[in-house]
Amino acid sequence: MRLRYHPRSMSETSSASLIHARGLTKRFGSFTAVDAVDFDVAPGEAFGFLGPNGAGKTSTMRMIGGVSPITDGTLTVRGLDPRTHGPEIRARLGVVPQQDTLDTELTVRENLVLYGRYFGLSRAECGRRADELLDFAQLTERQNDEVEPLSGGMKRRLTIARSLINQPDLLLLDEPTTGLDPQARHLLWDRLYRLKQRGVTLVLTTHYMDEAEQLCDRLVVMDKAKIVAEGSPRQLIDRYSTKEVTELRFPPDVQDTLDGQLDGLAERVEKLADRVLLYADDGEAVAVAAHERGLKPETVLVRRSTLEDVFLRLTGRSLIE
Amino acid sequence: MTPPSLPLRVVPPVSFGSRRAFRLIERNLYVYRHGWLVIVSGFFEPLFYLLSIGFGLGRLVGSVPGPGGHEIPYQLFIAPALLASSSMNGAITEATLNFFFKLKYQKTFESILSTPLSTADIALGELGWALIRGGLYTTGFLVVMVVLGLGVSPWLLLTLPAALLISLAFGAVGMAATSFMRTWQDFDLIQLVVLPMFLFSGTFYPLDAYPDALRLLVQLTPLYQGVDLLRSLAVGIVGPTAILHVAYLLVMGIGGLLVVSRRLDKLLLR
Amino acid sequence: MAGITRVMEHRAVQYRRTFRSSVFTSFLSPLLFLTAMGLGLGGYVDRSGGAALGGLTYLQFLAPGLLAATVMQSAAFEATFPIIGGLNWQRTFHAMYATPLSPRDVALGNLAWMAIRLVMISTVFTIVIVAFGAAHSPLVVLGIPVAVLTGMAFAAPITAFSATQRTPNRFNVIFRFGITPLFLFSGTFFPIETLPSYLQPIAWLSPLWHGVDLTRGLVLGTIGQHPVQMLIHVIVLAAIVALSAWAAVVTIERRLVKG
Repeated sequence: MRLRYHPRSMSETSSASLIHARGLTKRFGSFTAVDAVDFDVAPGEAFGFLGPNGAGKTSTMRMIGGVSPITDGTLTVRGLDPRTHGPEIRARLGVVPQQDTLDTELTVRENLVLYGRYFGLSRAECGRRADELLDFAQLTERQNDEVEPLSGGMKRRLTIARSLINQPDLLLLDEPTTGLDPQARHLLWDRLYRLKQRGVTLVLTTHYMDEAEQLCDRLVVMDKAKIVAEGSPRQLIDRYSTKEVTELRFPPDVQDTLDGQLDGLAERVEKLADRVLLYADDGEAVAVAAHERGLKPETVLVRRSTLEDVFLRLTGRSLIE
Repeated sequence: MTPPSLPLRVVPPVSFGSRRAFRLIERNLYVYRHGWLVIVSGFFEPLFYLLSIGFGLGRLVGSVPGPGGHEIPYQLFIAPALLASSSMNGAITEATLNFFFKLKYQKTFESILSTPLSTADIALGELGWALIRGGLYTTGFLVVMVVLGLGVSPWLLLTLPAALLISLAFGAVGMAATSFMRTWQDFDLIQLVVLPMFLFSGTFYPLDAYPDALRLLVQLTPLYQGVDLLRSLAVGIVGPTAILHVAYLLVMGIGGLLVVSRRLDKLLLR
Repeated sequence: MAGITRVMEHRAVQYRRTFRSSVFTSFLSPLLFLTAMGLGLGGYVDRSGGAALGGLTYLQFLAPGLLAATVMQSAAFEATFPIIGGLNWQRTFHAMYATPLSPRDVALGNLAWMAIRLVMISTVFTIVIVAFGAAHSPLVVLGIPVAVLTGMAFAAPITAFSATQRTPNRFNVIFRFGITPLFLFSGTFFPIETLPSYLQPIAWLSPLWHGVDLTRGLVLGTIGQHPVQMLIHVIVLAAIVALSAWAAVVTIERRLVKG
């Protein structure tokens, strides 16, 4: 389905970045949620914040969206300060929050129309755009239904559709596909990709590495309120991991006795609770070598490195706790 | 380095909210398109009270001292007071129960704050809706009063804006109080304040029934201000105290609005 | 029988958490009404209209009426939200049904608990009436079971209705157009003889009127004056309770089975 808009190009700012942050900090009392982070988001790119729950991603997003005051540091969106130019920034912003904040007292269609009204659009224009967006989100048949009984995937699609009613050129998505089944996730990715092709800047947070790899041009890895790495998914994997990973799964009691036997098999070895990861550029070779050493794993899996491996390397923990 | 924690939405001290506040009213209109029965039913409660206590019990009471000391029929005594309390109750219901529900459970305002609207717009808009609801009831009740023969003075027309002022005062304070609540149990506190006011503020009987000290205390309470204002208008004996009542209610309303706007900032823009 | 007491026990434990708000509706509110109308307004009524009350002060007339009315309001409240909560939101009734308890136990157990609540409420208010000096007869003690009977005549049918609802939207209609008019026009605040003669027979349709008249008769000791009338009141109320308790069992069972 074609959406009839192409976002205006950003032209009125001094710097080239759409979003610019230096030393950005957020504190809640004595707790620091975001600790002096620096990042820039260029117009038209898909930018990701990757990290586990509690890393500070949502707090960062809320500051960008102007719904949370900055404790310290600099943050500009289109060169404007969210504190003094909030309404102006939000007029061209689309926000998809982590939890659906749909209006359960209104129907599906009314949610779209009324939200458009908050941006000052005429009722006729709201209706027109609502029809388009219902089609985009594949919700046209449900447009007069109550919001409550919709499935999780439909509610998410509605939330995304709603965030587009003002034809934003910057879309903030906080954990857009968390809790959705695989089919719903792929449908959503497809829609987001199409938006990106139209020039909409996407900024999203996620703790799913496949989502980060699929959608993002560049991303930063966040852990415990700090940014620990930055780059494109490819760059991060090349920099912090090997090409391939060999996963060996042993029975629990055997795993503990392996300590001497894995040395030299691979560039790096990670022992997880339920398996051993051997990092090397040629996974098959490692698997063969392990077999030759007399190791008898229950299962052997050779796969490519992912951002999960990057995160493990950087923090010693996995993305999903 | 930027200074820490400026208030998020810096608004020049003179302006408070904007025309965008009307969007909140629009939203409520959409919602109640489906639930209009609730609104209509609110009109009946004061009517029932007027018929039963005003006319039914009124036959036993006869007449009581009204504003200015003259004896007036009990129906005429009680009707404007019922109008005042229904303005209060209508506003309080919208500003407490419904407001709390939107704030805590439906998270209605969170998504709205991602648009150009501010917390002041939300406070104004919600209050405006409470006023519209109150205004509908008031108009209906005034028509009933005239039909039942209680429209004795041309000042009666002013009871409409006066009743709206009462709704404004209680609506604003109600929202402010609600913004501090955490669970449904806290609503008992509201009822604990509202019911005694309803019963003891000269609604059903003149304050002459009280000893002097108590009478003075009651005269300082907000519902009495509204009751006396409306009763004076309905009976047609309007003195300088009416201005004091208006000022009192106005201060209540503005104060409440300022508090609720600050509280919304604290609650939603963390 | 054991099943019913299990259900009652469950409700009793729940009550320990939430009793604070019920103190307001069932004690403070009627007390305030009694003070304001009985004492405050009462002075003006006694001043001019005493004859219509048959020589009673307004306080004496009002107090038993308020007792019955309070019990009605408490019953209405107990029979709406806890029932819909148990079947739709917390779904505790479904949890009970998953045990050896039968739907009949769930229904009757809840009704029995409501009766206990009404006993508590009417006992407290009866003490208040005696304290205000408005009781004229030792029969006032019988006012408690009579008030409970009146309350159950509301609790049972409303429970049967609540079990069919999934949202509280219709409750508003019950309270606004059912409870409130009954509260105001059933002889609580003024004798029904004051009503125009064509409306008086309608008052007899009100279960609250039956309760009010009965309670007034007991509190003031005048019950001997119209024994047949009083007996009719008791029969009507008992019949309502019996029929609607059966209806409540039916609707609750239907909901539990449907899930």
